[in-house]
Amino acid sequence: MDYLAVQLFNGLANGSFYALLSLGLAVIFGMMRIVNFAHGAFYMLGAFIAYFLLQQAGVGFWPALVIAPLVIAVAGMFLERVFLRRLAGLDPLYGFLFTFGLTLVIQDGMRLRFGVQGQPYSAPAELSGTVLLGAVSYPTYRLFVVAFCLVASIAVWFVIERTRLGMAVRAATERADLTRALGVDVDRWITPMFGFGLGLAALAGVLAAPMRNVSPLMGSELIILTFAVVVIGGMGSIAGAIVAGFLVGVLSSVGAIFDPAVEGIVVFALMAVLLLVRPSGLFGSIETR
Amino acid sequence: MRIQRSLALLLAALIAATACSGATTGPGPAASAAVTLTDGKVVIGVINDQSGVYADLSGKNAVEAVNMAIADFKAKYGDNALGGPIEVITADHKNDPALASSKATEFYERSSADVILDVPTSSAALAIAKVANDEKKLYINITGATTDLTGPSCNKYTFHYAYDTYMLAQGTGTAVVAAGGKQWYIIYPNYAFGQDMNKSFSAAVTASGGTVIASDGSPFPNQTGDFSSLLLKAGQLKPQILGAMQAGGDLQNVVKQYNQFKLADQGVKLAVGLLFDTDITALGLDALAGVQYTTPWIWNEDAAATAFADKFLAKTKIRPTFAHAGNYSATMQYLEAIRRSGSDDALAVVKALEGYKFNDFFIHNGTIRPEDHWVMHDAFLAQVKSKAESKEAFDYSKIVSTISADKASRPLAETGCNMPK
Repeated sequence: MDYLAVQLFNGLANGSFYALLSLGLAVIFGMMRIVNFAHGAFYMLGAFIAYFLLQQAGVGFWPALVIAPLVIAVAGMFLERVFLRRLAGLDPLYGFLFTFGLTLVIQDGMRLRFGVQGQPYSAPAELSGTVLLGAVSYPTYRLFVVAFCLVASIAVWFVIERTRLGMAVRAATERADLTRALGVDVDRWITPMFGFGLGLAALAGVLAAPMRNVSPLMGSELIILTFAVVVIGGMGSIAGAIVAGFLVGVLSSVGAIFDPAVEGIVVFALMAVLLLVRPSGLFGSIETR
Repeated sequence: MRIQRSLALLLAALIAATACSGATTGPGPAASAAVTLTDGKVVIGVINDQSGVYADLSGKNAVEAVNMAIADFKAKYGDNALGGPIEVITADHKNDPALASSKATEFYERSSADVILDVPTSSAALAIAKVANDEKKLYINITGATTDLTGPSCNKYTFHYAYDTYMLAQGTGTAVVAAGGKQWYIIYPNYAFGQDMNKSFSAAVTASGGTVIASDGSPFPNQTGDFSSLLLKAGQLKPQILGAMQAGGDLQNVVKQYNQFKLADQGVKLAVGLLFDTDITALGLDALAGVQYTTPWIWNEDAAATAFADKFLAKTKIRPTFAHAGNYSATMQYLEAIRRSGSDDALAVVKALEGYKFNDFFIHNGTIRPEDHWVMHDAFLAQVKSKAESKEAFDYSKIVSTISADKASRPLAETGCNMPK
């Protein structure tokens, strides 16, 4: 029984990454109607920034947790201003192609410099121990990841669903034209929201660095799963992204008890079933196009 | 997109090659009149992973090693030693057996490749062995590990150089059990290589008096990069040894997470099935110090190896893995075999290779077994150094003991190879 319980924690830890990543995707999709294929690449860059800070400047995990998302957010805002803005109003395919191309450029650029082997990065000393959960000792770092992601996800949800600022953002998402007519400067929010979405990806990247292989391919491996999570949660739904993230994490890990191969199948099986029964996803509204 | 790019590269290579062959027809150093080439040139195809998890341990630098071997061969015997140009063509198989198979067919048929080298990823290696047999052209496998290449899938045109899962299991499995690690829990990537590793290690552990209490496959490729469920099971089973058979990036994830779960503190020691220097670079010495593993070669094992490693470092900025060194050595031995047999005809070269005994900086006490085409040679049990022991960059391992060629090679009776005459 202990085994099952602890496996639940594994699921939550994996789910944390799905939740943070799909949250960023949902924010970006909601605001701009862009399916950001480059999300995995920015997740990877987040991890690499943490690695760089430690390697070049001796800056540890905690500052990196703040610096990397900020750097990526600024880069994201620049990207939105210079490139993505020009694609607004065009066929969504253009945004898709652009972000996909961007992924290839970033990924191969990093590969040119670092190869595909990982770079070493370890957890901060205060989190590298284990905690006794029942009879099983469990890595402190994973518990930290779960707690941190839960808090971060709920904070994002709160800001967007429960504050004035969030209301403006949501209104702009639903009906940009009407919101404009009411005197809200919609365009003002697009740039920071895109930066914010990418910042979340970078945050997930820093969190992943101590437990995953830090390599240029780490994002591309995870991004497909994350897209499935977004579809399960409902495109553009904030709460959906969070719930679906943790749900998929837990279900895959519990599935893995029966057979390790189940871990990879669960998410797609869930997606297929959901698309049949409830095509707009767990939390998606029908109007969301 | 990728296909177009590789086609363009291929075309460029062909154009360059034609230009070069024009240049070398002048009065060069005395050509060895004894060699006749079937189509006026020797074409060496290198097929490996140039973009995925195995790209660093072999990949483009393996191609570089092949080019270095050709340059050294020419330096030794003259530019026109074989009476024609020696060309290298390469392709990325992306660890996909189907792609590997079609690339190999293309190389043999359209690019008139005489031999294909390298080929990490056992499933891709097996696919190419089949093509080689159908096309009646040579294939010298270096980085693929499965014993099936010299077992049920053996054929007249396929040779297995460098290492296989039997060698790894024989070295590491036996040594760890002898040191007291009798109870094993084995985790392996669930495809040809991993399954073969599981089989070989289980056999070696059992044969030397240990027991395998459980073994589990992990998905390959592992998209989540997460091995926590298997590690948790290891924490439950409490074996003395956790045998990790993953390779490359997967292995790095396993070790990172093994350290995170503090399994060592719970008395579960880690044994690694296959370890490349590139993995040690990625994990850092601290994560692996003291781990024992089996390897056919390390770059600073002796003066000859270091001399090669120095040249390699100058060209690639890294020290060679044993896969890189194996590609150099196999290229050299292939060219030497053409020289000996006087032809690049596949059957003639096979004949020159079968039963051949040799030594070079990579292969010690080598014999090419005619019955199954396994290249017998000494292997080493090595141990990862601690940071204090490491004297320079890439100085990662020390040799614990030598495993003699006959101990490192699967007994002929066990191969299951029925070599066609």
